[in-house]
Amino acid sequence: MRPRRSIAPSAVLWLAVGAAYFLIPLLATFLFSLRHDQTGACCTLANYGTILHDPSFWKNIKTSFILSLETIAISLLLLVPTVYWVHLKLPRLRPVIGFLALIPFVVPPIILVVGLLDVYRGTPPWFYAQPYGFLVAAYVILAFPYVYFSLDAGFRAIDIHTLTEAAQSLGAGWPSTLLRVILPNIKAAALAGSFLTLAIVMGEFTIASLSAFHTFPVYIQQVQQDKLYAASAVSLLSFAITWAAMVSLLFVGRGRAVQVGAAR
Amino acid sequence: MLIPAGEVTVGAFKDANGGFTFANIEQLFRQPHLQAFRNSIEISLVTALVGGLLGFLIAYAAVREGTPRWVRGVLTTFSGVAANFAGIPLAFAFIATLGTIGIVTQFLRDQLGIDLYGRGIDFNLFTKTGVEVVYLYFQIPLMILVIAPAIDGLRREWREAASSLGASSWQYWRYVGVPILAPSLLSAIVLLFGNSFSAYATAYGLTAGGVNLVPIEIGYFLSGNVLDNPHLAQALAFGMFVVLGVVMLIYVPLQRLSSRWSR
Repeated sequence: MRPRRSIAPSAVLWLAVGAAYFLIPLLATFLFSLRHDQTGACCTLANYGTILHDPSFWKNIKTSFILSLETIAISLLLLVPTVYWVHLKLPRLRPVIGFLALIPFVVPPIILVVGLLDVYRGTPPWFYAQPYGFLVAAYVILAFPYVYFSLDAGFRAIDIHTLTEAAQSLGAGWPSTLLRVILPNIKAAALAGSFLTLAIVMGEFTIASLSAFHTFPVYIQQVQQDKLYAASAVSLLSFAITWAAMVSLLFVGRGRAVQVGAAR
Repeated sequence: MLIPAGEVTVGAFKDANGGFTFANIEQLFRQPHLQAFRNSIEISLVTALVGGLLGFLIAYAAVREGTPRWVRGVLTTFSGVAANFAGIPLAFAFIATLGTIGIVTQFLRDQLGIDLYGRGIDFNLFTKTGVEVVYLYFQIPLMILVIAPAIDGLRREWREAASSLGASSWQYWRYVGVPILAPSLLSAIVLLFGNSFSAYATAYGLTAGGVNLVPIEIGYFLSGNVLDNPHLAQALAFGMFVVLGVVMLIYVPLQRLSSRWSR
């Protein structure tokens, strides 16, 4: 065996530069969040108290959370059967869907919201004026590529033809094949897609703000306008949510590459 | 997905009464919209190139031989988080770091006597330069995520073959490494360009509209601050759509080319 080479000095340098660039802003935000609201003196946890006692914090974070759950549920309901069917019967359609999944890249949230506000203007108020209607419709579109690519990878990893034939020859109908045979096998992929969606929806500002809904990111922006130090506390909380979602993602999808959300 | 895009396209060519017109598109080539497109494109180019270069160097440092294996795992996870950590909280993190009373700004001023906002350096977080610095926070990690697998594709044998034939490190990169990675590098940079071009929340949180960018302008029109022509927002969106469409036309073939060497 060849002797193990030690780490190259230039590698250390670049990794240190990278680490500094990413960690310093987080550290600064943390130090900021410990400052006293009026005097700016260090160190107090009062800002976290302010946030946690603010009823609109809980209200908005709950809205965002419900939105994510709803988006995840709808995305999975729509996509699991679709992807299953495409893999089983119409493999020729796969590139077409893969191409469709690239479209949100060309139509980012800022363009999407212009179009959506117009398209849904005529719909009934229970849909148009409710975050749980309008925003979810937008978020399902945003989440589509991430959920799709997760599921696609999941389905590619299992032998769905054999599984389906086995289930059918044992007398299972389509619903029970899907629910009791396929679903448990793609659970990791579905969970991975769900965590990505969670991270996206919990951080989505553009569409929510421009269609005048109050969600968690919109709340952060409002706090930032009048309470400087409290805002850093919320920012860190938001970072923790993204972090938690990504770590869970890694946990369920061991070895799969981490993908990138659309919160920008 | 296609419907809103179509709606934007159709709306971009409508006048206030619903008739067909090129007037909105023509507006795009006048001020301040032309400047907004210039700013957006400039920021995207700068952050794509700088982010691409730094991301590549960091990714290479993590993947290359000699670096402990765990570094890569940590870097990938962290990049996944950082690339998703954008928008308002990111803007705020940088205000706390490099803003006028930011931690780093204060530290440099009080401890080292360097005034970032003073004469000579004249840095300001709330300008184009500031936006670029902040965008790099999600551009670099994105580059790391995209390029690391491509760097993996550089086999060790190639490097060994090159050096046993007497090539220097520079010659290896000049004649082997870079040509093989070129399509991946280019497609990653194109991706970064699009990523930064369509960012809205971060710039909004940072400057509250102080820097004139296309997404910020669209936001202005939509939130009703300017009410003269609803179709102008659609025209601006259509303009972005065209730019991003061109980006995709470059990206897709490059992507195919770059998958040639991947394992």
